[in-house]
Amino acid sequence: MSLRSPLGKVRGLGSAKEGVAHWWAQRMTAVALVPLMIWFVASICAMTGADYDAVRTWIATPMVSIMLVLLTLAVFHHAQLGLQVVLEDYVHTEWLKIASIAIVKFAAIGLAVASIFSIVKIALG
Amino acid sequence: MASNNRPLSPHLQVYKPQLTTFMSITHRATGIALAVGTLMLVCWLIAAATGETAFNEVQAFLGSIVGRLLLLGWSFALFYHLCNGLRHLFWDAGKGFEIETAYMTGRIVIAASILLTIGAWLWGYAAMGVI
Repeated sequence: MSLRSPLGKVRGLGSAKEGVAHWWAQRMTAVALVPLMIWFVASICAMTGADYDAVRTWIATPMVSIMLVLLTLAVFHHAQLGLQVVLEDYVHTEWLKIASIAIVKFAAIGLAVASIFSIVKIALG
Repeated sequence: MASNNRPLSPHLQVYKPQLTTFMSITHRATGIALAVGTLMLVCWLIAAATGETAFNEVQAFLGSIVGRLLLLGWSFALFYHLCNGLRHLFWDAGKGFEIETAYMTGRIVIAASILLTIGAWLWGYAAMGVI
């Protein structure tokens, strides 16, 4: 016997059957970003003032390329998960909420692809 | 039925501002700022992949007063979000919820993010040979 009202069933209200997937992904990307960001910031500090050739040589180093791609994936996944929660909390007009979340997700994918393509292009010469 | 003019609880305006509430909203604000900052990072990477002229233009902007102020803001936002994010991860693990502990870790986070920002900028200027 279901305790849900017929109206609630029809409208699809109630659990989204997603469990803690969103929450967990936010934490896992956060954990991944701790070492990745410390490495990235330290590298950028050490390279301050480096010229075009020096920066490209650095990016093209295999370990650096790999770390940068991992950083890109973690950053944009984490950012879009976080921005989604912010929009869900503060935007109360349904169509605007859905539209803004969609824009954030498209932007995150677009920016991540742009970053990864740039890194790979430099890495492969 | 849901209606749009029902009172909201809790009333934000009747609470005394506290370190914990201030740090909570700052965590969100720095997160948003960092998300915007990724645009700069992507510009920098695309410029490096495009060519020397484009790269030098982006570098010139980052080296300008406006560029440096943005980088200062983003570097502080990053260290704050990183340190406070670790604080949140400990909370997620169920640790550090005592009021005294929450205030102590809050003060540590603020001090650490300021010190790390200063340290990163000193390192950067030292790498450039300016200091």
